[in-house]
Amino acid sequence: MVLNVNGIKHEITVDPDVALLNVLRNHLDLTGSKYGCGEGACGACTVLVNGKPVHSCITPVSAVGGKEITTIEGLEKNGKLHAVQEAFLTIDTFQCSYCAPGMIMSAVALLNNNPAPSADAIVKAMNGNICRCGTYPNIIKAIKLASKS
Amino acid sequence: MDNPENLPHPFHPMQDELPPSSNHAFTIDRRKFLTLSGGGLIVALVSNNFLSFAGETLPQESSTAPVGEVAAWIHIDEEGLVSVYTGKVEFGQNIRTSLSQIVAEELMLPVSSITMVMGDTDLVPYDAGTFGSRTTPQMGTQLRKAAATAREALIEMAAKNWNIPITGLTAENGMVVNSAANKKTGYGALTKGRQILRSISDNVPVIAAKEWKIAGKTVPKVNGRSFITGKHQYVSDMQLPGMLYGKVLRAPSYDAKLVDANDAKAKAITGVVVVRDGDFMGVVAPDVRTAGKALLAIDAKWEETNGQPSNANIFDYLLKNASGESGRRSSGDTKGNVEEGLNAAEFKHAKTYNINYIAHTPLEPRAAVAEWIDGKLTVWTGTQRPFGVQEELADVFKLNKEKVRVIVPDTGSGYGGKHSGEAAIEAARLAKTVQKPVKIVWTREEEFTWAYFRPAGVIEVSAGVNKDGAITAWKFSNYNSGGAGLDTQYKTANKQIAYIASKTPLRQGSYRALASTANVFARECHMTDLARMVKMDPLAFRLKNLDDDRFIAVLQTAAKSFGWTNSKVSGHGFGIAGGFEKGGHIATCAEVAVNADKEVKVIRVTQAFECGAIVNPHQLENQITGAIVQGLGGALFERIDFAGGKILNPGLSTYRVPRFSDVPEIEVVLIDRKDLPSAGAGEAGIIGIAPAIRNAILDAAGVALTDLPLIPNGVLP
Repeated sequence: MVLNVNGIKHEITVDPDVALLNVLRNHLDLTGSKYGCGEGACGACTVLVNGKPVHSCITPVSAVGGKEITTIEGLEKNGKLHAVQEAFLTIDTFQCSYCAPGMIMSAVALLNNNPAPSADAIVKAMNGNICRCGTYPNIIKAIKLASKS
Repeated sequence: MDNPENLPHPFHPMQDELPPSSNHAFTIDRRKFLTLSGGGLIVALVSNNFLSFAGETLPQESSTAPVGEVAAWIHIDEEGLVSVYTGKVEFGQNIRTSLSQIVAEELMLPVSSITMVMGDTDLVPYDAGTFGSRTTPQMGTQLRKAAATAREALIEMAAKNWNIPITGLTAENGMVVNSAANKKTGYGALTKGRQILRSISDNVPVIAAKEWKIAGKTVPKVNGRSFITGKHQYVSDMQLPGMLYGKVLRAPSYDAKLVDANDAKAKAITGVVVVRDGDFMGVVAPDVRTAGKALLAIDAKWEETNGQPSNANIFDYLLKNASGESGRRSSGDTKGNVEEGLNAAEFKHAKTYNINYIAHTPLEPRAAVAEWIDGKLTVWTGTQRPFGVQEELADVFKLNKEKVRVIVPDTGSGYGGKHSGEAAIEAARLAKTVQKPVKIVWTREEEFTWAYFRPAGVIEVSAGVNKDGAITAWKFSNYNSGGAGLDTQYKTANKQIAYIASKTPLRQGSYRALASTANVFARECHMTDLARMVKMDPLAFRLKNLDDDRFIAVLQTAAKSFGWTNSKVSGHGFGIAGGFEKGGHIATCAEVAVNADKEVKVIRVTQAFECGAIVNPHQLENQITGAIVQGLGGALFERIDFAGGKILNPGLSTYRVPRFSDVPEIEVVLIDRKDLPSAGAGEAGIIGIAPAIRNAILDAAGVALTDLPLIPNGVLP
């Protein structure tokens, strides 16, 4: 099947029920998206499919054929960070940063959908993403900063 | 005062899992020195033996390093580039940044010119591990002296080159400067064509915190960009040429014995190799999915152990199985006669506090990549103890330690939960058979089931107090939680404090702030109860019974910023708690709301924190905020459920950890004591939140909770 990831078409041969996360990490060498729970409960594997946030660890690859998939690796364009990445960097948000790719993808999806989210809207949109280091207050600051740019 | 350098070893509360330090010479060794190829200046903790090997003129002050000394070295190469070699590892504490700042400060260089080489047993000097908030007070202090020694050596070398006295020479931005003669020379030029070894001088002048220009300031996370672009390679992201994927067969319950296993179907799958070695059984395959299928294809028969305890009877079990022996460390303290003190008290108060097992739940589960080349084993793994895991591997595979290299790339967190090398051993065992690199990444279920937990415990507290608020007696018996934070920090005429080991049904070990999360909870709950009995304000009661200025300062600071004396909305309550641990002093105020349905909501938290001179204010605030958020989980709802040797909630949909919606308004107030040495900050920030919330619930609803977590279902009983 053909997967369209970050604007590049990849021909891949895998069973249709293989998780998208597995294909991204092990077949396409896109290891930015992380495994955290395997049940769509932590958000570390979040990618965008046609602009919407998706838990790639529970999404069978057959469900995303022909759709536009964006991973953390696809945000930077020509060496320039995405505005949301820039904001997360400016706030110096994270500690271990393992949750960072999933957090940033969820934030990008939120801001694409709602450029100036309220505090409640941020919590609602981000609640599926876990940061065990507890940097949530910084993440909210970064999203607010990005919403202004 | 608890000087962090003199604290007992803050590791496992019960078992002596650490290798004895006498196995190691805490010095630079020949092999590692040679790997620092090329010339330049090296400042290290060195032994006389080694100096004679290097053919170096012995500096007068050099001596054999005492065992227990912190080892680290700094290399300034012929281009003036600075590399710092330390056995500490980066797990999100952002010490790669803060240690760079400390070195940059003394060497008068920008942070960007420092490279930290961390956690690679072939390249860095021995280090017991990254835990116990020891990086800043111990490694930071040692690197500060090493960098200052390097600076002074460079100045001496320049003086010699110019044939002038050192007075009037200064170091500035990577150069030694003679301002009078308007001359300067780069660090690289001074070391060019030479190989110079200096011993770290204890007496070298270091820059006082109040004069700091680089340390003490907010500097962004080193390599921050590689993390927010997804480029950083955690161990779980690594790929080596020809690498295969491993999976390990797990028992259906604890203590189950593998009776029989038919692996014919697994072996029939293309590319699959099955490895069996005693009770260990694993598979290797060209990809993760095939490895998973092969594992499922093994028909295994297990003999399970019946009658294992569960949540329902764990606290009785711990009491019944108490060994009667005190634990290895911090086992207790006695003063006066506690029974007489209790009898003489005007008010007496006894309560039992129960602490459940909780899991660290690092977002990156255990992972390892192992490779054997010509009998030498190299393992990349996320462990807080690279040299400890090197030792584990050497023991398991009967190798000399020199034949084992452990490398720890910056890792997806640990919180005390990654001291051990399970995945490393498993990957190495499988790689040994297939003679190709093998990667193992634990599933979340494996991480919940086969790692280790913060201990469960029972804490019995009896105290006596008089009307005037004087504590006459303090009896504190901790079963199984561990010794950290055991002793009371309040004045009392009579006390009897003990930690009593028990038999734990679940594997337990270190945690962020260790047993302090349990001991401070019990102590601070009890203190507020006593204050209420004598009708004193809980803050005033604490202050009356304290003489530690730093503890008093954080309590007053937190209370002031929080508005402790302000009036409350109906249904709301205020709670306060605090303590000090590993040199970090902390006080926490919490406001909660309890509604008519007995639902509890934490509204806001103010936490004051003081750990001496602050090295990096933003990263410190990040640590303290993170500790509050993490602490909310153990306070309110985190609990490992288990029965029959099985974990019943081994996933993130069933084991609840704090999320965005759980986070109250948080205010962190940092006190910068530039007159005091910098202490660690990773741990103490977590100890105040649970008792502060519990005390606020008591204030709001009159319900004195005694168990952690406080409200696993979100409502009061």
